[in-house]
Amino acid sequence: MTLNLKKTLLAAAVALTTTGAQAATELTVYTALEADQLKSYAKAFESANPDIKIRWVRDSTGIITARLLAEKDNPQADAILGVAATSLLVLKNQQMLQPYTPKGVDALSGQFVDKDEVPSWVGMDAWVASICFNRIEAKKHDLPMPTNWKDLTKPVYQGHVVMPNPNSSGTGYLDVASWLQTFGEEQGWAFMDDLHQNIDRYTHSGSKPCKMAASGETPIGISFAYRGAKLINQGAPIDLAFPSEGLGWDMEAAAIVKGTDKMAAAGKLMDWAVSRDANRLYNDNYAVVAMPGVAKPVPNYPADIAERMIDNDFEWAAVNRARILKEWQQRYDGKSEAKN
Amino acid sequence: MSATLSLAAKRGFDTETWLQRLIVAAGVLFLLLALLVPLLTMLVKSLQNGAGEYIGLSNFIAYFSNPALTESILNSLNIAVWTTLIVVSTAFVFAYALTRSGMVGKKGFRLLTMLPLFAPSLLPALSMIYLFGNQGILKDWLPVDSIYGPVGIVMGLSFWAFPHALMILITAFSNSDARLYEAAKSMKTPSWRVFLTVTLPSVRYGLINTIFVIFTLTITDFGVAKVIGGQYNVLATDIYKQVVGQQNFQMGAVVSVILLLPALVSFIVERRVQRHQSSQLSARAVPLQPNKAPLRDALLTLFCTLVCGFLLLVVGMAIYASFITFWPYNMALSFNNYRFDMMDGGGWASYFNSLQMSAWAAVIGTAVVFLVAYMSEKIKPMPTARKLLQLLAMLPMAVPGIVLGLAYIFFFNQPNNPLNLMYGTMAILVLNTLVHFYTVCHLTAVTSLKQIDNEFEAVSASLKVPFYTTLRRVTLPLALPSVLDISVYLFVNAMTTVSAVVFLYSAETTLASVAVLHMDEAGDTAPAAAMAVLLMLTSLAAKTLHWLISHQILQRTQRWRQR
Repeated sequence: MTLNLKKTLLAAAVALTTTGAQAATELTVYTALEADQLKSYAKAFESANPDIKIRWVRDSTGIITARLLAEKDNPQADAILGVAATSLLVLKNQQMLQPYTPKGVDALSGQFVDKDEVPSWVGMDAWVASICFNRIEAKKHDLPMPTNWKDLTKPVYQGHVVMPNPNSSGTGYLDVASWLQTFGEEQGWAFMDDLHQNIDRYTHSGSKPCKMAASGETPIGISFAYRGAKLINQGAPIDLAFPSEGLGWDMEAAAIVKGTDKMAAAGKLMDWAVSRDANRLYNDNYAVVAMPGVAKPVPNYPADIAERMIDNDFEWAAVNRARILKEWQQRYDGKSEAKN
Repeated sequence: MSATLSLAAKRGFDTETWLQRLIVAAGVLFLLLALLVPLLTMLVKSLQNGAGEYIGLSNFIAYFSNPALTESILNSLNIAVWTTLIVVSTAFVFAYALTRSGMVGKKGFRLLTMLPLFAPSLLPALSMIYLFGNQGILKDWLPVDSIYGPVGIVMGLSFWAFPHALMILITAFSNSDARLYEAAKSMKTPSWRVFLTVTLPSVRYGLINTIFVIFTLTITDFGVAKVIGGQYNVLATDIYKQVVGQQNFQMGAVVSVILLLPALVSFIVERRVQRHQSSQLSARAVPLQPNKAPLRDALLTLFCTLVCGFLLLVVGMAIYASFITFWPYNMALSFNNYRFDMMDGGGWASYFNSLQMSAWAAVIGTAVVFLVAYMSEKIKPMPTARKLLQLLAMLPMAVPGIVLGLAYIFFFNQPNNPLNLMYGTMAILVLNTLVHFYTVCHLTAVTSLKQIDNEFEAVSASLKVPFYTTLRRVTLPLALPSVLDISVYLFVNAMTTVSAVVFLYSAETTLASVAVLHMDEAGDTAPAAAMAVLLMLTSLAAKTLHWLISHQILQRTQRWRQR
């Protein structure tokens, strides 16, 4: 009995550890793409490359970045797809990316490709900050629609604003980085000090503030335009506000992790990421994509968004990332007085 | 001739003893490797920096000089004190009503109070959003500004911890001695005095025990605080933030060590109390027959109805909200929120992973638990090792899930540890879940084994029947009800636990309970509620199945219990 039991246990343990045996090359790809995008991207790539299977590891931008940095000496990822360019620049500065020239990269507009001769990363699309404004809840609380960022610091909005925590969310970081660039360091922090008085909550993810606005949990969510457009299409009673000082933005980008033993497959992924087909897919979700001439207007997404985007200095945002996040955390994280 | 025979018999006996020793040793090794060594590794990590160099107490100094972090200690204490106060006093009255009153419908009330045991702790928190959130249907009833914060955490935890308190208190109230009440009656003692001088002293150990159990459960909770805590940080969510959010494992270890302290204190207190309790009831005690008292019974019925109403409200709200198309603007019912593949957390695959994990935990776990319990109770060799085994088996109760999960990262993710192979697999999830819930299973097995007379083993040994035959032919069938209890307990807890496994899943082994957490993080509250409901229904189905099977088996194998 006991012997049999032990045998069964052993067999079970073996069975457990060997589940997930693979036939095709399995490419571990770290991503911060939205969950509803992952399926279509994987399907498109795998049907073009049937011998490669993508194994997604998904989390928020900040967490994926922290994880990649933590795994620096023993990288687990083969490639990265759909993570903020600011984060990839941090990784590049740490010598963690494998430069590679994807086939057809010349077709992308210049600002979407790393400036090095052999680029370390390629951009996919841009995502842009915007404010999700619930008109029903706003009416209840008598809140005017904000037209610029500074409006949000007015006392009338106290406790009615939700924004993502920049430590975990890429959207949160592009907001903070853009405010610091637009207003200057000192003024930028002063603005955030005032804003902090009105913030109800800092959320883990960048879509959550807009989803909260869409479901009326908060009247105002600082989020990004794609999520807002998508929620409007689902019937949420929200409008998108685009502050006049300009919108922070970041690129979703792709790269190969240095040290991968699946270089060929990772290269294929890069080739696909710059292809016209891929750019068409990006356009389902984003109005601004890396390949010129591909973008068609996305429903409920402002056509003129490119003009509203700030002149973003990615290098600055990447180099100062750790410092800014630390400062932000010391000022605002875990302070319950923001709750009121 | 006879000499050779006896020699052969002796050798046979020896192999058996050696087998017993081997199993005891394996059991000790198992609990050492799966529990104690990971915890010690974590302790060491809290004294190291990111590069693995020993830096003394620097991490702790850094922790205590950061007011944002230390505030969590007070927050956690605040939550635990309030929840304990509410839960224990409610459960006290409820248990009194169930055991000492002439109230009708006791069975129904008892059944309803079990409901929270089958829900992941995230479910009440999600439910709170729909009940008292800014768009909640009962928002106006909320006495404070916002449910996101301490009030929400306390309410969610009260729901979840209530059945645990009730179970202990019912047992305490059941040990009554009617003679004391008769004496009081004949002396015309007023009922409030009877309560203070007879009732309360008779349940005092159970009460102390309950207070500590609930305090530990709530101070270490992760799920409820994560979902409904807003900006209100507690220790368990700090560990998660440090580890997952900032990959600062050392600071995670520091907070874990701090979180381990209250749990260890309550563990020690509980063990002390346990010793007193057994000697409390004398053999001559006469069980109390609850009498009818119309006014008291009516008030108690009202009270129990209100409590059960709250439990049903929380569960019902989650179920209802999970079918709403777009809360609160499109209240049409649909299955949209059950399309998990469009959400974070791994989709439907994570649900099936959870089923698989829970099944493994139930099957392997029950076998391990029962074998270890048998070895610690029924055999003679290696008394010291068996003592150690018993002690180790009690320890998991004092280790919060999130701490155990982090300890597993430290221990199993070392490149030079051969067990590193398990990292990222289903096996580590099964192992972690088994260890996390080990103590209750062990106690269940030991209790039922103690009911079986040791004479069986003695007689078998004298008849030269090997112990494994006795185990298989006698002990196991007799203890079958508790074996089934253990397996369903493991299954349900494996389905619903979040805290321990949140650090250990990989892309292939995403779990449904963790998916609930991730969907909520992404702002998909309704799908998160849907998955939580699905987990609850699955657990309830398992319990029903268990009830049907054990009913059948009880009729066939347990006839000896009836005379």
